Amino acid sequence: MAEQGVAQIWRRIKSIYNIQGNKCETCKTYFFPPRPVCPTCRRKGKLVDYHFKGLGSIYSFAIVRQAPDDFKLEIPYVIAQVELDEGCRLTAQIVNVDPENVEIGMRVRACFRKIKEFGQSGVIMYGYKFEPTMKVTGHQK
Amino acid sequence: MPNIDVKSRVEDGGITMSNRVAIIGVGMCKFGELWDRSLRDITLEAGLYSIFDSGVRGADIDGLVIGNMSAGRFTGQEHLGAQAVDIGGLGDMPAYSVEAACASGGAAVRQAYMAIKSGEHDVMLVLGAEKMSDVNQTEAMNTISVASDWEWEGMFGATFPALYAFMARRHMKDYGTTEEQLAMPTVKNHKNAEHNEWAQFQRAVPIGVVMGSGLLADPLRVLHSAPVTDGAAGLVMCREDLAKKYTDTPVFIESSTQAGDTLALHDRKSITTMNAVVNSSRLALKEAGLELKDIDVLELHDSFSIGEIILTEDVGIAKKGEGGKALEEGITEIGGKFPVNTSGGLKARGHPVGATGVAQIVEIALQLRGDAEKRQVKGAEKGLAVNIGGTGATSIAHILGR
Repeated sequence: MAEQGVAQIWRRIKSIYNIQGNKCETCKTYFFPPRPVCPTCRRKGKLVDYHFKGLGSIYSFAIVRQAPDDFKLEIPYVIAQVELDEGCRLTAQIVNVDPENVEIGMRVRACFRKIKEFGQSGVIMYGYKFEPTMKVTGHQK
Repeated sequence: MPNIDVKSRVEDGGITMSNRVAIIGVGMCKFGELWDRSLRDITLEAGLYSIFDSGVRGADIDGLVIGNMSAGRFTGQEHLGAQAVDIGGLGDMPAYSVEAACASGGAAVRQAYMAIKSGEHDVMLVLGAEKMSDVNQTEAMNTISVASDWEWEGMFGATFPALYAFMARRHMKDYGTTEEQLAMPTVKNHKNAEHNEWAQFQRAVPIGVVMGSGLLADPLRVLHSAPVTDGAAGLVMCREDLAKKYTDTPVFIESSTQAGDTLALHDRKSITTMNAVVNSSRLALKEAGLELKDIDVLELHDSFSIGEIILTEDVGIAKKGEGGKALEEGITEIGGKFPVNTSGGLKARGHPVGATGVAQIVEIALQLRGDAEKRQVKGAEKGLAVNIGGTGATSIAHILGR
């Protein structure tokens, strides 16, 4: 039996470390997390791995004030739906910004962070969070 | 598929099969944080109440379905069908539980509806139960969160209120819904619950208190959110032709429909409309041969106040974006054109997850029977209940008539 969280994280490492999803070559739709079946094309679909650029904008967000133990130290934190430039959305924390300054439409880029710990003796989960883009990096649209 | 009129009766080799299913008994326990009562106690109370209300004897019942979301995590007990039959002394009848997150109760009603309609069962006991207060608030919230996409939403820190906050913020941005409007479902539903002796909160709350309550996940506040509740509800359902044998006031299920959507909220084109609600409620009206204007009373799933606003629009009472306005105009109050959540809804009646869908049907049945006392909608003949699971990945609609 795997230690708490280990297998659950390990089998998804490609996706949660690198934002690796996939793309259906038939209908040109991007998916994150990767889908095993294209819901539009089904058996006619052709799915290939795709490494997302990690750039997008905030579609909607919440400032979490009550959270489970794994996230208590971070309260208040911003969780958002980020619309990636390729066209799909994911759910991630927004960091490196005062929660009061976050707004819908804000440009963000992925960064690699610790997400949570599975209890005191469990595995530590790392993965994507997002932060506001800076003018100097050319990530503004 | 043959086009069968839902109200027609099919003569089949001398056996009359019923195309409608009757609800002949309803019951509930009082909802609340019931520290002195176990999952068994509340399940038994709702079951016995329903049986006594119906006039059937235990021996007349030939099957049991119970809606439950997560008793295994909330109490450590699974196998609730067997437990319910055992504590009720109902012998060896077939029994099982069904799960569809917050729509588990609606799913149980629909399972029994299909079982009776198919001719496999004649008289069934339908229960919904959830015992949530045996764990602390954090664990209760964790357990509710698994109704969303746990691996891709919850694990990254999206609590269940946060997902509904996404909807609320986007609704406010796209349609100009105000904080006052966001507070209005709570005010209305608490007012309705003042007259419901089974409700968890039988008291009104002023709008200022709702708007000043603690923030859970901005813009959602504690009083925009349904509470942690222990509770159970029950129905006795049977073939149409048996109903008159037991009661003079049967209520009939005119249609039972279900539709789905993606598990994760971020996979939907729009997060301010629930396609599953649009599709299930439209289909329910079509199958019942009715239009929305024929509906006299509604129970809509208000686990968060933004949910009631969105459902008001998706069912068709208000245009998209005008759910808040409908509340301001009083359309959804008792006495309005489309009274919504006369029971107090999930917010004030309480939201024992697996029991909610059954409790909605109990309320509609009471309204149609004329037994809703001080919260009675005068002359109500048809009612619609919409029970959703997760953030709208499941929607189950039932239309009842008398």
